[in-house]
Amino acid sequence: MAIISRGFSGRRGAGDAKLPPGQYITTDFPVLSAGPTPHVTLDQWEFVIDDGASGLKRWNWRSFHDLPAESFTTDIHCVTRWSKLGTSWEGVSLDAMLADIDSDARYAMVRSYGGYTTNVPLEDLKNHQAWVAFRFEGQDLAPEHGGPARLLVPHLYFWKSAKWVQGITLMPQDKPGFWEANGYHIYGDPWREQRYSGE
Amino acid sequence: MWRVGTVLALHDETASARTLTLDVPDWTGHAAGQHVDVRLTAPDGYSAARSYSIASAPNPEKRLEITVERLPNGEVSPYLTQQLIVGDQLELRGPIGGWFVWRPEQTEPIQLIAGGSGIVPLMAMIRSRASADSSTPFRLLYSVREPAAVFYGDELRTLADRGIVRITHAYTRAVPKDWPQPPGRINADLIANATWPSTLSPTCYVCGPTSFVENASGFLTSSGHSARRIRTERFGPTGDRR
Repeated sequence: MAIISRGFSGRRGAGDAKLPPGQYITTDFPVLSAGPTPHVTLDQWEFVIDDGASGLKRWNWRSFHDLPAESFTTDIHCVTRWSKLGTSWEGVSLDAMLADIDSDARYAMVRSYGGYTTNVPLEDLKNHQAWVAFRFEGQDLAPEHGGPARLLVPHLYFWKSAKWVQGITLMPQDKPGFWEANGYHIYGDPWREQRYSGE
Repeated sequence: MWRVGTVLALHDETASARTLTLDVPDWTGHAAGQHVDVRLTAPDGYSAARSYSIASAPNPEKRLEITVERLPNGEVSPYLTQQLIVGDQLELRGPIGGWFVWRPEQTEPIQLIAGGSGIVPLMAMIRSRASADSSTPFRLLYSVREPAAVFYGDELRTLADRGIVRITHAYTRAVPKDWPQPPGRINADLIANATWPSTLSPTCYVCGPTSFVENASGFLTSSGHSARRIRTERFGPTGDRR
């Protein structure tokens, strides 16, 4: 039984069906990061998929752009409760990047410049659910929003969409990444409100 | 799981920020720097929740303090800062977050850098340092718009006098009378003069609006601090860089 807040009515929206429980809509684009913004130049940038022992695939900025890019529009949901609807992006789908890889791995650890990590089941990176995105709203992705390129897995809370993404390590078993080891949910489905560990 | 907190006291820090002291009987404790979700529910069941940094040090009394800045178009902060009265109850979930945290067993020098209401989790760290009787060297660089925007002013002065923390204030719009510098944003010189040198390998905690945190952490890394030793917490809109 909830405690009723005397005199509180709130600022209800239109009861938006696109909004997961406990979220509110922002038109801004807040930034949350655990440390300083790494500044990665395009000639240094590379993206590597490995299996923990050896590299399976490697791209530099130019070869990455030889992959087919897609434009798409999606909603994003941050665990700190803001959601932003109808954001437009350009990026390469993980389907294209994982296509030639033969692996029994079921999980992935996403790695970023600056040392950030986040774990995602490999299933959640396939079937047009995840991209390595490099443009936002028609502009090159700004460093504080994860540029040159960030992961985008919009059906999970936004901390899974790792900024400054550098690669993916395929893993036979799940293990927690950075926020998952610091109090946040191992999977992070906004529709089931999986915000914090132990929920 | 949501716990119930009862408002014990309300205290205005500034014209737009209020500290809520809550009694939370089944609070399981927290570490300095963590935050808490606060949920309000209307009579018809509509609810809204937001995260707030905890201002109080860990304590055995199950007391929790949060300082809430009223946002002009906020949904929850106007209620918390204007309508809430002593004796009201709130729902709370937490503590949350395991990264932007200071624990008394840390012995390295600590550099705190606050922009505006970013002082709140850093105040919890200073208070925790004071109550834990740690001898860790603490420095605080605290940037605000104007003198009237300072939170916890008297208490910070007392803590500085007791040698708990060395404090440098900075002002971006208006300075106190007889202040030696004109107002201005933090810059590399100020960071160099008001913070521990990188050779001491301090852990740095930077909290404030996004553009402030971007600038401050950029000055720290360019003056030799390792990015691994800089922990940040950003809030508010994107600032002016997008």
